[in-house]
Amino acid sequence: MANALLISAADRRLLPEGRMAGPMPWVIAIMMFLTILAAAAAMALAGSAHTLGEDMQARLTVQLPEPNAGLRDAQASQILIGLRRLSVVKSAEAVPQAQLAALLEPWLGREGIDESLPLPALIDVELKRAGDADIAVVSELVAMIAPAARVDQQAQWLQPLANLLKSLIWLAIALVALMTIATSAAVVLAARAALNTHRATIDVLHLLGSSDNQIAGLFQRRIALDALFGGFAGLLIALVVMLLIGDRMRALGSELLGSASLGWGDWLLLFLLPLIGVALSTVSARITVLRALRQIL
Amino acid sequence: MLYLRNAAVQWGNKRKYGCGVMATIVQFENVGLRYGTGAETLSDVSFSLVKGGFYFLTGASGAGKTSLLKLLYLAQRPSRGLIRLFNEDMVTIPREKLPLFRRRIGVVFQDFRLVPHLSAFDNIALPLRVAGGDDCDIEKPVSEMLAWVGLSNRASARPATLSGGEQQRVAIARAVIARPDILVADEPTGNVDPEMAARLLYLFDGLNKLGTTVVVATHDLHLLSRIGNATMMRLDAGRLLDPTGALRHPPQIRERQ
Repeated sequence: MANALLISAADRRLLPEGRMAGPMPWVIAIMMFLTILAAAAAMALAGSAHTLGEDMQARLTVQLPEPNAGLRDAQASQILIGLRRLSVVKSAEAVPQAQLAALLEPWLGREGIDESLPLPALIDVELKRAGDADIAVVSELVAMIAPAARVDQQAQWLQPLANLLKSLIWLAIALVALMTIATSAAVVLAARAALNTHRATIDVLHLLGSSDNQIAGLFQRRIALDALFGGFAGLLIALVVMLLIGDRMRALGSELLGSASLGWGDWLLLFLLPLIGVALSTVSARITVLRALRQIL
Repeated sequence: MLYLRNAAVQWGNKRKYGCGVMATIVQFENVGLRYGTGAETLSDVSFSLVKGGFYFLTGASGAGKTSLLKLLYLAQRPSRGLIRLFNEDMVTIPREKLPLFRRRIGVVFQDFRLVPHLSAFDNIALPLRVAGGDDCDIEKPVSEMLAWVGLSNRASARPATLSGGEQQRVAIARAVIARPDILVADEPTGNVDPEMAARLLYLFDGLNKLGTTVVVATHDLHLLSRIGNATMMRLDAGRLLDPTGALRHPPQIRERQ
């Protein structure tokens, strides 16, 4: 790619510069803007899905639907003690009744929640690792103390959300791939148009003994410069948009949306995308020009 | 004129240290050229050009002069026959190798084919740049060449601002700047006044004396008389007239001294 840019000033003059005059840099800027947004979305969603999966896979909820408050509390205490003794359990905490009441308040109203309402006891369990065998150990213990109790994996309730996130990730990846193909196609069309525009000059250079590589180098440089400008213009606009969206997401206060952040590696990849675009454009232009030149003697 | 003086010294050394039988530099054997599915533009053209020879190619319009020149400067492959340049078969040679041979051939196109966005200086410098010359190596010979064709004051002018004659002189300067082994010129004096035509012919003759094989296609029969030892090649309806067989089998002449 560097070779595409490093040619002498005299060689640069062999084709009229006219850069920025055509639509090519702006087309690349738009493509790069959309590609970077799609890539950022894919990476942020992947981060969210990963966080969601990590958090939820190893979390269980033990539910004790015992109407007798005394028996329910006794069983809950026994289960808690038992769970904390298990080596597979990282932590086990009873959900306070006040927190349960607060969760029900929007539906039942403050008056609807009184002492007579038989709320189940809930215990949040976090396993050291997510595995069926470990879940079975917990279920066995709970069933031994309270046969009516249920052990639910938190992940199963969030599976539809996880599936949606996965679909969105694949959609974003598909968008990146489509943008890449569209950018390459635009470069190929631009290279062909440039070849036609400068046909007479190319013929002269050819007859004076220019090799295909020398001529392709001239076009490569032009396309590389257009892609460099377009790529970084697209990156700049995308960064501004991402900062604005990030700001709005933080304002929502959602834990899930909050987890949709980008790591250093993700940012590095986003900053590399324009350079990858330059390399891709340069290679596309080179292949197009070399193929066209092979048609003439 | 340091550039021309150096060339003259080389020629002088060649004279001093040895002169052999002039080698065949171009050989055409039963060459035919057909564009598409039409009739043959050139038929059974056979001739040999010796190194250091001076040739005039004549013939009526449409006789095939430009087509023959195209084969000579490797812009076209023949439909049939054999073409050897510099002892290499140009019919079967891979196209990747052609640029190196093209750099040894200077061409003055009938329509000049100057690059419109380049100055006269840069147009003349093109063959040197194509051959990989640095800017510092190019400056001097191009300036000398501009002076030789009387265009020193037009060095930075673009072709569109040059007259037809000036454009032709730039085209000729471009063709000879790299001191080619073969110089091919298609009607090189068509747009210049008689005085400039004489100067250009003198330049061609000078190059020829330095060992360049010169082929000039022309309608101007007066030019023929200006170069004493030139060979005339006449095309008629795509066929090369060679009643004595001298073009096909040139006599073993020695380098002129």
